[in-house]
Amino acid sequence: MTEVRTGWETVIGLEVHCELATETKMFCSCPNDFGAEPNTHVCPTCLGLPGSLPVLNERAVEFALRVGEALHCAVPTESIFHRKNYFYPDMPKNYQVSQYDEPVCGNGWLMIGDKRIGIERAHLEEDAGKTSHMGGGGGGRVHGAEHSLVDYNRAGVPLLEIVSKPDLRSPDEARAYVAELRSVLEAIGVSDVKMEEGSLRVDANISLRPAGSETLGTRAEIKNMNSLRSLARALEYEAERQAEVLESGGTVVQETRHWDEEAGRTHSLRSKEESHDYRYFPEPDLVPLQPSDEWRERVRAAMPELPSARKARLMEAWGISDVDASVLVATAGLADYAEAAVAAGGGASGRDVTNWVTGDLLAHLKESGRTPSALALPAAGLAELVKLVADGTLSRPLAKEVLSAALAGENGGSPAAIVAARGLAQVSDEGALAAAVQAVLDAHPAEVERYRAGDDKARKKLRGFFMGTVMAAMKGKGNPGVLNRLLDEALPG
Amino acid sequence: MSAGTDGLTGRTAAELAALVAGGEVSAVEVTDAHLARIEALDGQVRSFLCVRPEVARSAAAAVDAARAAGEVLGPLAGVPVAVKDMFCTTDLPTTAGSRILEGWQPPYDSTAVSRLRAAGAVVIGKTNLDEFAMGSSTENSGFFPTANPWDLTRVPGGSSGGSAAAVAAGFAPLALGTDTGGSIRQPAALCGVVGLRPTYGRVSRYGIVAYASSLDQAGPFATTVADTARLLEAMWGHDRLDSTSIPSAPEAVLAGLDAGVAGLRVGVVEELAGVEGIQPEVRSAVDAAGTLFEKAGAVVDTVSVPSVEYGLSAYYIIAPAEASSNLARYDGVRYGLRAPAGEVAQMNALTREAGFGTEVKRRIMLGTYALSAGYYDAYYGQAQRVRTLIIRDFSRAYERFDVLLAPTSPTTAFELGAKTADPLAMYLSDVCTIPTNLTGACAISVPAGLDGAGLPVGVQVLAPALGEAVLFRAARALEAGFAFTARPALAGVSG
Repeated sequence: MTEVRTGWETVIGLEVHCELATETKMFCSCPNDFGAEPNTHVCPTCLGLPGSLPVLNERAVEFALRVGEALHCAVPTESIFHRKNYFYPDMPKNYQVSQYDEPVCGNGWLMIGDKRIGIERAHLEEDAGKTSHMGGGGGGRVHGAEHSLVDYNRAGVPLLEIVSKPDLRSPDEARAYVAELRSVLEAIGVSDVKMEEGSLRVDANISLRPAGSETLGTRAEIKNMNSLRSLARALEYEAERQAEVLESGGTVVQETRHWDEEAGRTHSLRSKEESHDYRYFPEPDLVPLQPSDEWRERVRAAMPELPSARKARLMEAWGISDVDASVLVATAGLADYAEAAVAAGGGASGRDVTNWVTGDLLAHLKESGRTPSALALPAAGLAELVKLVADGTLSRPLAKEVLSAALAGENGGSPAAIVAARGLAQVSDEGALAAAVQAVLDAHPAEVERYRAGDDKARKKLRGFFMGTVMAAMKGKGNPGVLNRLLDEALPG
Repeated sequence: MSAGTDGLTGRTAAELAALVAGGEVSAVEVTDAHLARIEALDGQVRSFLCVRPEVARSAAAAVDAARAAGEVLGPLAGVPVAVKDMFCTTDLPTTAGSRILEGWQPPYDSTAVSRLRAAGAVVIGKTNLDEFAMGSSTENSGFFPTANPWDLTRVPGGSSGGSAAAVAAGFAPLALGTDTGGSIRQPAALCGVVGLRPTYGRVSRYGIVAYASSLDQAGPFATTVADTARLLEAMWGHDRLDSTSIPSAPEAVLAGLDAGVAGLRVGVVEELAGVEGIQPEVRSAVDAAGTLFEKAGAVVDTVSVPSVEYGLSAYYIIAPAEASSNLARYDGVRYGLRAPAGEVAQMNALTREAGFGTEVKRRIMLGTYALSAGYYDAYYGQAQRVRTLIIRDFSRAYERFDVLLAPTSPTTAFELGAKTADPLAMYLSDVCTIPTNLTGACAISVPAGLDGAGLPVGVQVLAPALGEAVLFRAARALEAGFAFTARPALAGVSG
């Protein structure tokens, strides 16, 4: 149990809105794309023109069924759609087609480490459009804007809202839950899971209660966190805020609060008293959703390996650490890349590949914002690099140089070609290496004399000097193992 | 017939289609004849909201060109069809009878209209209606009321009053309507024409402005039962764009129309035949229909469907609830009327205040209330339970009977303005038609003669869901029995 302050337990439940990566929208055949010219991916249905009707996208249902499988959800034989009624200019019909008391996925769970986090439900719904407030120096805010523009390209994009039970006990746990959920959604191919682009959006319900209490305290709903980091920060702030309120004898107000990333605080959006009455009622334009047993069986049979299973498999097969395996499966496409490198042949071991992938390569991904599949260095190229190091062709320091050149696209991203072009191949020829050692010793008689007379400490320092000088003379290409032996043989005993 | 129409108006769709197909007359001539009649007489009836002669003529010319090119013509080739202004049309504006949509030009055709076009029909114009189909007299139109061609001081019924009046007045042999609580059958009865409400899901709702989605169903008007069947067959059947559309192929109705009713079991619905406030001549017409059925070999008995008395109450919860949500999209943001205002919420409010009429506002308020937290179960939930009860009662009745018989409207056409101040009195016009909408079944109104004031009386035949074939056979038998051929005598019309 994590406590914010002594005596309080934090209780968190998360609502994750996941944009489903279907080809077309939820209820029409418009493309489901991000970043097109405003209002080009629209039709009578997603614009809510009079007379238009929704037709359910089967692919969206299939994705929901996949999520149901991955999260061990109870999937009822029938679920229905409801209308959620409220006015908002970027919502074309002024109601959202959603699911209410009969969602497509019921009770399930997701493991974070050894802890089971309950899933309350997952339901399908349509996204709204996007409003931009223009002019008036308001910096995109509605207050003071001269006019607003609405882009309906996103209207009708399928969303799956995944609601956890209030089983999370700290901001870190909340963060771990979203990270795990994100990698699950990515692994089963249902979403782009990009929090920054809004294809994964998280709202958090958080409350405090006296440690040991079983009753839930009054919660606040926090919105507008667009990264895992901001989720944890917002929850830490909010837990502190509620603790202060409670400790000063106040009561927490049930309300929606907005996370201000810059200010590092939450502020009240609307309280429950002002909240909408959504007037839910069954959507009469759609028939009940009844996924057949055959369909569900097909989905089950086609389920890919989940991140937790993959992690266990890679730890076992490659002998890598829990931490490294977690990094591989938690980063979109990284485990695929590593497995492809191992599979490319040439004897690159899983452990060596993992070291490169979770080290320099991951740093490059973070820096460049690329995905593994978009790297200039293909997985087979990494395998080649690992092999060049393993067979002694390339020293480790030079291998790092080759890696960055390959990632920059040099020589078509081929490590072997870079090594050849830059003349970086390691020199292991004993005659050449011995000559280089002797030349350095001959050039530094005073140092050799001091070595002869010196104690262990002085000798160690001087030995480092000789080694560095030899390596510099060989432009770093000397095989360090062979050089070490030759140097020991050449130096006075 | 007025000069220049050459006897082309006042004919059935079957006759006109045969004339055009046989090359005896061109589709353009047929269209021109009807346009001329509209031009001459619709000033009195005001059944159309929009007629664009060049648009209709160009559709007719396309039919003639197809014929000249030797193409196979559709079953309605060259036949004018008047379309209720609830159906989206790419070549004519669509208003739903509301100022809030005044001048709105849809970018797409409703499925029903596009199928009629494919069958060669010529959309002659868009007809008047109660705003968003909410009403029983067409007086709730946001533009102007329509008169009953039989007596211009009376209402044509509603909400599809413009379509019913247009067919009665000979402006088109066929018309499209929508029937959410009786909006095809009641005006058909009041105007002396045939009007069908098909089984829910038989005609696609795609492209029809929504009033109450779980009750809305499009259907045909015509002067004969056969023409009604012909229009239905040209537009019904599964449409993947409407998720509530019935997937199975419909049973042909036109082919078996004259198979007769020998042995058919007909039940007269006691609660409707004896409904409070029923006009004696309407009651007599139902009795006469029973007698005609017996003469034709059917077995007639009475049947009780006790829950129908709750139909009106359930309807006035469910329909407004759905309408309150369906009409939320008229907010001034994307199309239609926009009232000037400083910010969005105020613009929404002012637009809706200015654009919607009184009855529409009343139903939005009713529906919003019925769906509100804390009231949902007592109103919407309860109404749905009543609906289930009515469905159960009707299926029990259909264990003993093939079709049911009832009045269409308790009265013949009433005076314009007679009920506008009393919404409840107006709502009672639909007491006999609403049960069919709640059960999702089909029913047809057939003219049964004239009352003492010379106004048409209609009787209604009801059949279970998907029972159109037997429904049409029964309707055809009544049509033959009543042999109603009278037409309204509009001023300036001879023959």
